[in-house]
Amino acid sequence: MDNLKPKRKRTRARRDVALMVTCLADLMRPSVGFAAVRLLERAGCRVSVPDRQTCCGQPAYNSGDVNAAVPVAQAVIELFEPYDYVVIPSGSCAGMLCQHYPALFEGEWRERALALAAKTWELTRFLTEVAPLPSPKRRPLDAAVTYHDGCAGLREMEVKQQPRQLLLQQCGVEVKELAQTEVCCGFGGTFCTKMPAISSKMADDKLDNAVASGARLLLGGDLGCLLQLAGRARRRGLELEVRHVAEVLAGTPTGPGIGDPRR
Amino acid sequence: MKITSDHFLEHADAALADPDKAQRRDLLGLFMPLARDAAAARYGDFEALRVHLKQVRRHTMEHLEHYLTRFEEEALRNGNQVHFAATPEQLNSTVLSICQDHGARRVAKGKSMVTEETALNDHLQQAGLDVIETDLGEYIIQQAGETPSHIVGPALHKSLAEIRQLFLDRHDLGERPLEQVADIVAEARGILREQFLQAEVGIIGANALVAENGSTMLVTNEGNGDLCANLPPVLIVCTTLERILPRVEDAMALQRLLVRSATGQPQTSYTSFYSGPQRDDDVDGPLETHIILLDNKRTDILASDYSEILDCIRCGACLNHCPIYVGVGGHAYGWVYPGPMGSVLTPLLTSLEQSNDLPNACTSCGRCAEICPANIPLPDLLRDLRQEESQRQLNSPRWRRGLRVHAWFLRHPALYQRLSGWLMPVLAWLGKRRGSLRTLPFAAGWTGTRDFPAPEGGTFMRQYRKRGKVRRRRG
Ligand code: SF4
Repeated sequence: MDNLKPKRKRTRARRDVALMVTCLADLMRPSVGFAAVRLLERAGCRVSVPDRQTCCGQPAYNSGDVNAAVPVAQAVIELFEPYDYVVIPSGSCAGMLCQHYPALFEGEWRERALALAAKTWELTRFLTEVAPLPSPKRRPLDAAVTYHDGCAGLREMEVKQQPRQLLLQQCGVEVKELAQTEVCCGFGGTFCTKMPAISSKMADDKLDNAVASGARLLLGGDLGCLLQLAGRARRRGLELEVRHVAEVLAGTPTGPGIGDPRR
Repeated sequence: MKITSDHFLEHADAALADPDKAQRRDLLGLFMPLARDAAAARYGDFEALRVHLKQVRRHTMEHLEHYLTRFEEEALRNGNQVHFAATPEQLNSTVLSICQDHGARRVAKGKSMVTEETALNDHLQQAGLDVIETDLGEYIIQQAGETPSHIVGPALHKSLAEIRQLFLDRHDLGERPLEQVADIVAEARGILREQFLQAEVGIIGANALVAENGSTMLVTNEGNGDLCANLPPVLIVCTTLERILPRVEDAMALQRLLVRSATGQPQTSYTSFYSGPQRDDDVDGPLETHIILLDNKRTDILASDYSEILDCIRCGACLNHCPIYVGVGGHAYGWVYPGPMGSVLTPLLTSLEQSNDLPNACTSCGRCAEICPANIPLPDLLRDLRQEESQRQLNSPRWRRGLRVHAWFLRHPALYQRLSGWLMPVLAWLGKRRGSLRTLPFAAGWTGTRDFPAPEGGTFMRQYRKRGKVRRRRG
């Protein structure tokens, strides 16, 4: 992805960035989308939110219904290919575009999928490697924070240090690391409803590690994982606030955490 | 071995309900990856070794016939008898007839997953033979009447207390103590030594077959394989086609990867190459040796899109790294091979109809593929199997319909956005007091074990559009 590194003369120019909101942020937690817009603008980007965007098609793809996933992927490619960059506040959806779309096609569509993949970024990686956020003028966040690495972000998009680095820079917090941080939380898209008992056992392990870390705030970069963890934490009555990392990076969040009652 | 993979979910529930066993599995899932990582790091460029072996494996599989022919020639030259078995039944009957030719009554066996696959023990026992497993783990589960729960540590599911009780029940102990682990090991050793000396036939597996010199390689920690191979007058090596490698140095590369990935050791206690029967100036060794090469659908797999699973070197690392395997244990998978590699192999070696839950027992987290020494893209192969399930309509019709409807809405964004713009505020309103919903129609799969976090309110797209900022279309 070296050729994507901004060229010297471009560093001053405004980058034309399309935000792919993701279906989960769109439906469940719009504040993640707004936080992403704010962060990208703060990083000097001109942000567009292409209309007619819905979802990247992962549910069908991962369930083996490739025939249903292909037209969804084609629609996403057409919608987003006019922009310089596509930024996504989710490692999993970014992984879908970057790693899996090209594998769906041959010929011309494959070329188009590869071209899109080459300019698609996970949000925290984009904000550290392409359009760095300026230093903040805010007060540091006063909370014990831990971070859950979503598997696709970690393994498909090489996201690991970037959110930690941003949290330190922007909010002055050092992440209290989870034990076994590289183990899946059990979300796995449709897996979590196909095999709920196993899925919840995996969530419990993650939540136990989160509690043991001493953190009060559990952050992550993927709403799928976060809904799973928050949903299970609420069911168990755990005192753990769960949020997307973008919400915290964009400013001290005022609304309730995921699944929390309104204050 | 009887397949019960179609009961994966019930097995899993039962496994999750046993806290002692669950805790032991959690420890396995914690420590084995640490051991593997440390061993890989100490080796140095483990990655390069993985890539190298992968190339060798792919090359060998592409020229399978050539290398098998070479292996057969060399093995025959060494004085072995070489048999091909297309099916598990053929392997079993070949072994039985060799035993019967020698009037054998007792068989000492080393650890072999291939013979689990063919259910050899049952076949021999039905014919009246005494079969004794000599790998400690295999011995334990044989005594307990169970099946392996892990391809490397077959008895990892059993606690020390259970094993002690098993020995107390099964062995005539007299004055012998069983307090310490060492006592239990000594007890098993005492029993097994007798068996090695009495057996007329020894059966072992193989970790690799070397084409250039016709030898078979076996890696063990207990040395039982060597005793099975050298003490009884007749040796039978039961193995499969895809164990073949061109050269000794390739087998050694495999061994370096295998041992570190399997147990985190830099080296196992024993790595042996067996070339053939005792020669004139040898002081010991079997008088007659047979090598049985089982196909059992391997050549079909080789010709399919799943051929990379044949690169598997049976290290078991993908089991230890899989949170689902660690969660439910090997028996839940209902056949010989569990975990990610088993979820690929079981449908291919039995049928997808009998095991259609297994390819779904995966979150695509990718941890197995990250550490698999053979660089097998396990999550991709599992997704391909799910695709086959979908095409052959083996998954639930409700699922298929749901996905179809969802995908249809995705292709009609205006409608999708109108509908979601209406639905989300309703859900938000329903969950506004608690912040989450305890039940939700059509979502029992979620809300059975988790709350459903309430949406914030209006969808992003609707709110953003209201602010007049959405880009209609560029250009
Ligand atoms: S699939 Fe890979 S990790 Fe799993 S047992 Fe085979 S070689 Fe080992």
